[in-house]
Amino acid sequence: MCAPPLVQGRALTKRFGTYIAVDQIDFKVERGEAFGFLGPNGAGKTSTMRMIGCVSPVSGGELSVLGMDPALQGPAIRSRLGVVPQEDNLDTELTVWDNMAIYGRYFGLPRSVIRERAQELLDFVQLGDRRQDRVDPLSGGMKRRLTIARALVNQPELLLLDEPTTGLDPQARHLVWERLYQLKLQGVTLVLTTHYMDEAEQLCDRLVIMDRARIVAEGSPRELIQLHSTREVVELRFATAEERRDALPLLNGSGERVEMLPDRILVYTGDGDGTAELVARDGLRPASVLVRRSTLEDVFLILTGRTLED
Amino acid sequence: MTESLADLASAVPRGRILPVGPSRRRSVHVIERNALAYRRMWYVFLTGFFEPLLYLLSIGVGVGALVGRLPGPGGRLVTYEAFVAPGLLAAAAMNGSVFDTTFNFFVKYKYAGTYDAMLATPLGVGDVAHGEVGWALLRGTVYAAAFLLTMAALGLVASPWGVLAVPAAVLIGYGFAGLGLAATTWMRSFVDFDFVNLALVPLFLFSATFFPLSRYPNGVAWGVRLTPLYQGVNLERSLVLGDIRWTLLVPAVYLGALGWGGVRVASSRLARLLQP
Repeated sequence: MCAPPLVQGRALTKRFGTYIAVDQIDFKVERGEAFGFLGPNGAGKTSTMRMIGCVSPVSGGELSVLGMDPALQGPAIRSRLGVVPQEDNLDTELTVWDNMAIYGRYFGLPRSVIRERAQELLDFVQLGDRRQDRVDPLSGGMKRRLTIARALVNQPELLLLDEPTTGLDPQARHLVWERLYQLKLQGVTLVLTTHYMDEAEQLCDRLVIMDRARIVAEGSPRELIQLHSTREVVELRFATAEERRDALPLLNGSGERVEMLPDRILVYTGDGDGTAELVARDGLRPASVLVRRSTLEDVFLILTGRTLED
Repeated sequence: MTESLADLASAVPRGRILPVGPSRRRSVHVIERNALAYRRMWYVFLTGFFEPLLYLLSIGVGVGALVGRLPGPGGRLVTYEAFVAPGLLAAAAMNGSVFDTTFNFFVKYKYAGTYDAMLATPLGVGDVAHGEVGWALLRGTVYAAAFLLTMAALGLVASPWGVLAVPAAVLIGYGFAGLGLAATTWMRSFVDFDFVNLALVPLFLFSATFFPLSRYPNGVAWGVRLTPLYQGVNLERSLVLGDIRWTLLVPAVYLGALGWGGVRVASSRLARLLQP
């Protein structure tokens, strides 16, 4: 006997006119897990998130969120969700504190409850001393943290994060990741979209890889890498495009699979150092050789023939 | 589980997000948000009071001294100030509510993402539309009451029925708020706001605000009668000058219907635009 999934999509589809943004995807999010939609821009991640957030009607298939139907019980579902959108939509006419306060009011919370929670949440995202500040002068990382705090004011069972660290500098990203990890430890279910494979690897227990409106793979980051990629990758960079082109036929057979990218060649292999030595013996002179472990980026490349950043 | 979901899904038509109607309790939070924002911009609030007052002093009292008496509603002769003041009250109700529901609404809807943030909560598009109109009316009520008190102090309220000039101003505000909100959902950029001015200025000048309808040739007068501001001016003037007839229900119903229809159109347009 297992608990019903928190979110479940079956053949879920989103159309805008004749354009199909989400094409019959199936997925399940269990309570307490961090679930990711990984894919490049335009893969249909945001459209899926908006359907789960009950702000975009389903065009086909089925969707249940917290056991309810978004078409019928939108307000009831939304009252138990926290949403961190891709673009910050903090209220710039209000202070940090008033942003928290009015958001709590949108959920119909009493003012006394909001006062208590708002202070706690601002401390949690390390903005406790900025409560009287206007929103505009805050840095990108602070705004994102405030948006996260705001999304938690109704103590949601499910937190939806659309590209939570896009546009942030590395330091700000790590701080956001650390806070999200804390939330996960507290038992909040996270659903996030991202086109950063490191974000997916850091945060997600389980994820689906989306490409061109469809799900192309599903599993934990480790499973996906084991199933679809080799253990290691040798990255070869060459001084010129000609050298890179000439090297390609010589590399055939040096690993299990060879991929040519605009700026480098990737050789997928079980033994990176061995392959690197082999390359040197063949007389190739790459400008740099890097041996690394496989990542979700490699899984995406192998499955779709393209990189996530495209 | 599967069956019940499928049953639910077949019971509702696809393509709309909100079969749930707006709730008064929820739309109040939209008004609260605006009150919070204006707490820091209270001086902006004052402009809505001074503008009609300046017109009253300049045109009503200043120009009025040169004009003499003219026929008011029911044909009774009244001073020019007494004729113009209710017209200005109606025009102020229009201007205030149009500004809130066009320009301010557009900024929040198109650029600030204010409504996207609201719609991620239990609030729906109907709550947003009702809340914004409610805010515009609340503001309008304060202005109308203050202006009516000023008129009374200047001896320009001839009848006790004049008390109803405030609810009448709210009704005018409602009509134009609905119209403004609906029209704004079709606007693409700030350039389109020139059309708002293009509509407001002639309405302000020619809706029998400054001179009686009898100055127009017959055909034109009928055209003027159809405009919402003329209906509002007619209602205010009759109430303030004490010319009470059953036919005053016509402008009241006209303005009420305009507001109700506008809010409905705006809600369904917002659902399509903000929840595609």
